[in-house]
This record gives sequence, C-alpha cells and structure tokens, in this order.
Amino acid sequence: MSAEAPAATTELREVRGPSALGGGPRRFFDLLLLMSVTEFKRVYFGTVLGYLWSLIRPLMLFGVLLFVFTKIFRVGADLPYYPVLLLLGIVLFTFFQETTVNSVTSVVGQEGVVRKTQFPRLVIPLATVLTSVFNLGLNLIVVFVFILAWGVDPTWTWLLFPFALLLLFVFTAAVSMALSVLYVRFRDVAIIWAVMAQVLFYATPVLYPLGPGGFEDKTLERLLMINPLAPIFQQVRVWVIEPDAQTAVETAGGWIWLLPAATIFVAVCAFGVWIFRRDAPRIAEEL
Amino acid sequence: MPVEDATTSPSSAERPPATGAPLAIQVEGLHKSFRIPTHRVDSLKERAVRPFSSRDYRELHALNGVSFEVSKGEFFGIVGRNGSGKSTLLKLLASIYRADRGTIRMAGRLAPFIELGVGFNHDLTARENVVLNGVMMGLTPKEMRQRLDSVIEFAELGDFAELKLKNYSSGMLVRLAFSVMMEADADVLLIDEVLAVGDASFQQKCADAFHQMKAEGKTIVLVTHEMSTVEAYCHRAMLIGDGRIQRIGDPGEVGRDYLRLNFEGGDASAKVTSGTDDLRLLGVWLEDSSGKRVTNVESGEEILLRAEVELLHESPGVQIGFTLTNEDGVGVFQFGTSTEEADGPIQAGQRVAVGVRVENLLTPGRYFVHCGVKRHPDPRAVVFHVERALDFLVFGAHASQGVVTLPHTIETSIEEPGG
Repeated sequence: MSAEAPAATTELREVRGPSALGGGPRRFFDLLLLMSVTEFKRVYFGTVLGYLWSLIRPLMLFGVLLFVFTKIFRVGADLPYYPVLLLLGIVLFTFFQETTVNSVTSVVGQEGVVRKTQFPRLVIPLATVLTSVFNLGLNLIVVFVFILAWGVDPTWTWLLFPFALLLLFVFTAAVSMALSVLYVRFRDVAIIWAVMAQVLFYATPVLYPLGPGGFEDKTLERLLMINPLAPIFQQVRVWVIEPDAQTAVETAGGWIWLLPAATIFVAVCAFGVWIFRRDAPRIAEEL
Repeated sequence: MPVEDATTSPSSAERPPATGAPLAIQVEGLHKSFRIPTHRVDSLKERAVRPFSSRDYRELHALNGVSFEVSKGEFFGIVGRNGSGKSTLLKLLASIYRADRGTIRMAGRLAPFIELGVGFNHDLTARENVVLNGVMMGLTPKEMRQRLDSVIEFAELGDFAELKLKNYSSGMLVRLAFSVMMEADADVLLIDEVLAVGDASFQQKCADAFHQMKAEGKTIVLVTHEMSTVEAYCHRAMLIGDGRIQRIGDPGEVGRDYLRLNFEGGDASAKVTSGTDDLRLLGVWLEDSSGKRVTNVESGEEILLRAEVELLHESPGVQIGFTLTNEDGVGVFQFGTSTEEADGPIQAGQRVAVGVRVENLLTPGRYFVHCGVKRHPDPRAVVFHVERALDFLVFGAHASQGVVTLPHTIETSIEEPGG
C-alpha cells in the first residue's frame, strides 16, 4: 500500500453505475471545457479556411435571402434596418439549427467513449453546444461590425442582449440533450428533427419582421409567438437594432399571451433534463 | 461457491497481500440481464404502428448473483469463455453499465478505462490526446500537461508527439494509451486484454510497469484469455461461466479449470468405419475416467483408449495394434492386444472391444492414433491399417518442450567448492 495514499481512498464507497453527470463536478467541467476547446480548435485549424467556413455559410445564406427578400418579394425593402436584422437573425438561428442537428448524432458518434469508459454522458451533447457557442461568439463580432457600419447606434439595451443569448443557449442545450439521447433508440429522430428545424426557421421572425411593415393579420403574429424562439428573436431586434420596434410583449398582445411560449420553453427544458437523466445509465447497453 | 485462500502459485513473482488487508473491491449479489429484442423497434414509426411489439424480447442473464472481494494491492484475474459474462462484470465495475441488483463498493479512484486507446480523437495530436485522456481519468488539465513529457517518453514517441493520431500505427497507439494509463494515478485499474501489446522490448516495459504497480499496492483487475498472463501476474483468479463464479482462488487451478472448460464437451465420436470383407473397425475413441467420451484430454489425467472391431466372418481371433504419433509424425508409443485362444474362434457378427488404460504423460499438443488389425493367429499380414483413426488434443496449463513428461523428482543443492 502506498504510504502517501490519503485515508479517504481506503474507504469502500458504493459504485452506482453510469449517470448523466457521473464522476464529480470538477471532472465534468474539465472534460466539457477541454472537449469543446479541442473540437473548436480542430475545426478552426483543421481546414484550410478554418474558421472562415463557419462564417461563410451564414453570410452566403444572408446574401441570397437579402437579395430574395428585398428585390423579389420586397418584404424588407421598406425597413431601413432589414439587412442587419436579417444577418443577426440568421446567425442566431444558424447557431440553434446547427447545434441541435449536430447534437442528434453526438452521443452515438462517441460510441467508443460511451461503451468503453466511465464517462459523464451529459458532457457529450453539452460539448457540442459549447463548441457552437464559441463559434457564435466569433460570428457575433463580425455581425456587430456590420451593425455599427450600418449606422445603428449602440444603446444601453445592448447590455440586455446577453440575457437573450442565455435563453437561447439554455433552450438549445435542452433540445440537444433530448435529441441526442432519443436518437440512441430511435434513429429516425435525425430526419424528423431536420424537418422540424426547418419549420422552426419559418416560424421564427428571421426572414420577415413582426409588427408594422409585417403581417396584416395580427392573429397570425400572436400564433407565431407561441414558438419559444419567436419572443427571443423579436426582443433581440428591439434591444440591439431598433429600440422603437414592437416588443415581444406588444407583438403577443400582452404578457398573458407570452405564457404559452414560456410554458413550452420550460417544458422543453424539463423534458430534456428528465429524459437525459432517465436514459443516461442505459446508453451503453442500447448502442 | 468455493472460495479458497489466496495462495501464491509458484510462478507468481510476489506475495499476495496479507489476509485481512483492506478491501478495494467488494461485490455482492450482482445481477445483470439484457433484453434481446426478437423484433427490434428502431424507429418511431414502428413504435407507432405496433405499440406493443417492444415487449417481444428475451432476457439474457449475463450475470447471476456474483459476489467476490478483492483486497487492496491485489492483482486479480478474471477468465472465462466468450459470453461468460466477464466483460459485463468489468463494465459494471467500471460504471459503464448499471447493475440490476446487487452492490459494488470500491475504495479509491478507479481508472475509467477498460480498453486501451478509447477516447482518442484521431484528428488531434498525441499531445492533445494525452491531455484529453488524462482528464477523462480524473486529472486536471494542468496536472496532465505537467506529466505530458514523461508519458510521451515512456511511450517512446518523442519524435511523433505533434503527429495526428490518424497517422499513427496501431502499435504506436497502444503504446501511447498504455503510457497514459500508467500515469493516471488510479488506485484501482480494470484492464481488458492488454498485455500483448507492442514489440518485445515494450512488452518488457509493460511487465516492469505492472510489477511496479504491484509493488506500489495498486489493485488491478485483469480480464484475459491468456492463462500464462494470469499465472504470471495474478495473486488470485476467478473463472466465470454462465454468469456465475465457477471457481475462485489460486491462478494455477483456475487456469486449469478454464482450459478444461475450453476444450471439453466436444462430441467425441468414432470417426472411422473401415475394414475389409472380413473385419470392420467400428470405431476408435477416448474416454475419461468417468467413462464419458472426450476428444480433448488434460495432461496428467488418466485416459482410456477404446476400439471396437466387428467380424464379418468366423475367425480364430484378432490382433489389434495402436500407434500413437504427435503432430510432427514422431512415434510416441505403440501397443497392441489380441483375443485369447482360449476364447475360441469368434463367430461372424460378433464384436471385439478393446480398452487400453493409459496414464497420460503426453505434453500438450495434438496427437494421432493409427490403428492396425490382423487376423489371429495368422501373423503374416496386416488385414488393414487405418491412418489417423483418431486425433485428440492434450491440454494443460504448462506448455513444454518434448513429447512426454516423464515422471521425475528434482533435487537441487548448492555446494561450496570442494576444499
């Protein structure tokens, strides 16, 4: 017996098997951070254009959509800030879409780690989210350069933007957790989610503005505000780009009408945590 | 369940920890079963179309009430055939599976790997992977960066530290993985078949590292097929079969039980039916001491060689001879027998059965029995001869040179030079 072994290690402690967090919080966060950073670095330095790829995709989408919606459909032609609004919306939604789609296969993709090591399972989808968060951080720098160049004046409400981001991150993480663990048992989750994400894109005010200059039909606007992402995006528009635009509360028609979105938001988060906790111990067997 | 005292086999290099040493692992009544769906529901559509079809599964009981204890500082071997439940046990110990029933208690930190090289990201360099692996094992990134150089050095990969793992050879990968594990500071290590890695010099290094870990009092649980490894390293060993502990105790005995389990049970059948118009050899086979037909026998166990000849015509008598050769065709032993004249002539249709009780001094390997039959008392010609009438395996824990193990006693003494 090694003499320097601390006394605590000689005590028998029950081994409870695999879990979402298993192995102590310090190891959890070390692993989460290290996995995200190495993955980010790998993408960043691994290809010739590296980080540029993650910027080129939303920028190209932006270019195409800007052309279509200002020159052909003329949705945003009357709005002075439509281009930066579109850009910010696309970058934020691309974050949500890419992260959730990538996370679907994340746990299954790490099969070796899951089946052969004692590994806190939750690290896997969360590392996918965190890697995307780093990426989003870089993209937002570019977006804000655009915003300032477009002539938007910084206001104090920019300080509230991180709060909206936080809501987006939490929602993304919850969806990612649920998807990654559901995919272990149901492989068609990947296809279903690809379609769902597309539906959500059109149900979120990215392409079109809500409020003045938007839909004639106010019921449709209220209906869209059931989507938990919609109030977040609408409020970001107010806080970051157009302080006098219609707020999320006004668009929904009062606080009370934001309740469905809030309920769905909380329900999705609770479901993500619940199903991940429930299934985490059995992932290794199901694979 | 026979639990024996931990006795050192002669080949074990070091003494086992004294009885009464604190426990490192305590397992009680461990059960684990898996559901094997007869119709796997893999998609939501199938689930929706037939909501109850998921109930079509059968239970596979991988472990059925396994209890054992491993003392701190013990080198514990687990052996068993494929599907015996040994890997399931290891995965339960490693917190990869969750037990259905029973408890596992463990003292100290566990290295969470059961296989080498798991968790390596092949798109990253060796350095990055070492840190990542170290963190998986519970070290902080800072600690692991400090140990980076010694890990790379131990793996003898100094020139390739910045190379991505996808460009590594499999031997290099295993060396790197082994080195990381050695550096992990874990108190309990679970290892699944790793000792046969790398070239000879690295194997020696691994062996040294294992001895050092033994000396440091680390607890090691090793799952392997290699009986020689178990006998060389382990203080105690456990044989698992059908989800239960078949034997636990001295590695040598467990090893022999394991080999017996592996080679026995083959259907020993008379494989030849040949002869002439006069005679027919119905079969040649082996039996063990209990009278069961076997094709594989253990070195040292008594065996019974049997043959049966049917006479198609009346004959004064028959003579049956056997020659035993090894795989290289070297004759080992020859013996024969004949019917007694006093028995009188043998009638057509009668059978002659021969049994030869043999003390099995053969060394492990493959052997052949060739059989010849002569009409008796006419010794002039062999009526017929069957090459390789029977082949069988002799198994044993100790492979050795030569064809037979002669009974021997050894006396060794050290004497002063005569003055």
